Amino acid sequence: MSIIDGLNKNFENRVRLGLMSVLMVNDWVDFTEMKELLNVTDGNLASHSSALEKAEYIEVKKEFVGKKPKTSYRVTQKGRKAFQQHLAALEKLLGN
Amino acid sequence: MNQNPQDQLNEIRSLMERSTRFVSLSGWAGIMAGIYALAGAVAAYYVIFKMNFLPETPPAGVDMYGSGKAVHYHYANGWADLFSEKNLLLAVIAALVFSLSAGTAFYHSSVKARRQGVRLWNSTTKRLFVQLAIPLVTGGLFCAALLFYGNAGLIAPAMLIFYGLALLNGSKYTWREFHSLALCEIALGLVSFFFIGYGLYFWATGFGILHIIYGILMQKRYN
Repeated sequence: MSIIDGLNKNFENRVRLGLMSVLMVNDWVDFTEMKELLNVTDGNLASHSSALEKAEYIEVKKEFVGKKPKTSYRVTQKGRKAFQQHLAALEKLLGN
Repeated sequence: MNQNPQDQLNEIRSLMERSTRFVSLSGWAGIMAGIYALAGAVAAYYVIFKMNFLPETPPAGVDMYGSGKAVHYHYANGWADLFSEKNLLLAVIAALVFSLSAGTAFYHSSVKARRQGVRLWNSTTKRLFVQLAIPLVTGGLFCAALLFYGNAGLIAPAMLIFYGLALLNGSKYTWREFHSLALCEIALGLVSFFFIGYGLYFWATGFGILHIIYGILMQKRYN
């Protein structure tokens, strides 16, 4: 079973994978934009983002723009590294 | 998880692409911009060569621009020349071409964005806008300065070069093809620097014909 060692359980979901993909190539991305990119519901995005936050893979920033709350995400160093390892593992799987 | 690694990698690649590049640009915007530019060039041709404006400060023995001869004359009355009737007419034509092109691009993009279910004004488009605007505004002021000092013949090459640089700068945030279009515009601008009297023809080629060619290519490739 060594072949799937590098795969990270935290990313075994389409929404989480998508969240990480977007954050890898962007700085802060806000909730609404992320929602549109991933084509998911509010609740779905919120639950997956908090899971990734708990794993310390992403940073969540909550602020007010006028009277509206705004949530933004950014990838952490730890998350970047973990995702790169996950990608490498995926590529290795394909290589075999 | 029921997705195979290949699908996952494809999805990742597509999301990275979509979240950093503005892809709601329509080929039609390019085609129409080219047509406006050609119409503008024809109008400018009439203003420059057919309307016979008297030169504000007649430069003795030196030809007016557009006649095929090199011109470098230095007016003392920069402001008067900058706002001469002829220049104002040309500025109106340029402004019309620019705003019609921008308006068409905006219209087609908003239609396409709605169809793709994304917002038109997101962080990618904001970035693209800023990256385009910096070289464009610089180029615009640079051209105004050229006019101020009476070097109207250098305006077409300068416009092509600055426009090319703007596209080059923005190409990171939109279709990759912008990169090669940018290089074509810059090359055309540099060549036209050495054919001063023919600026209008180079201008029509760069802003008219190249836009139409690219518009058709993009329309075929992405629609």
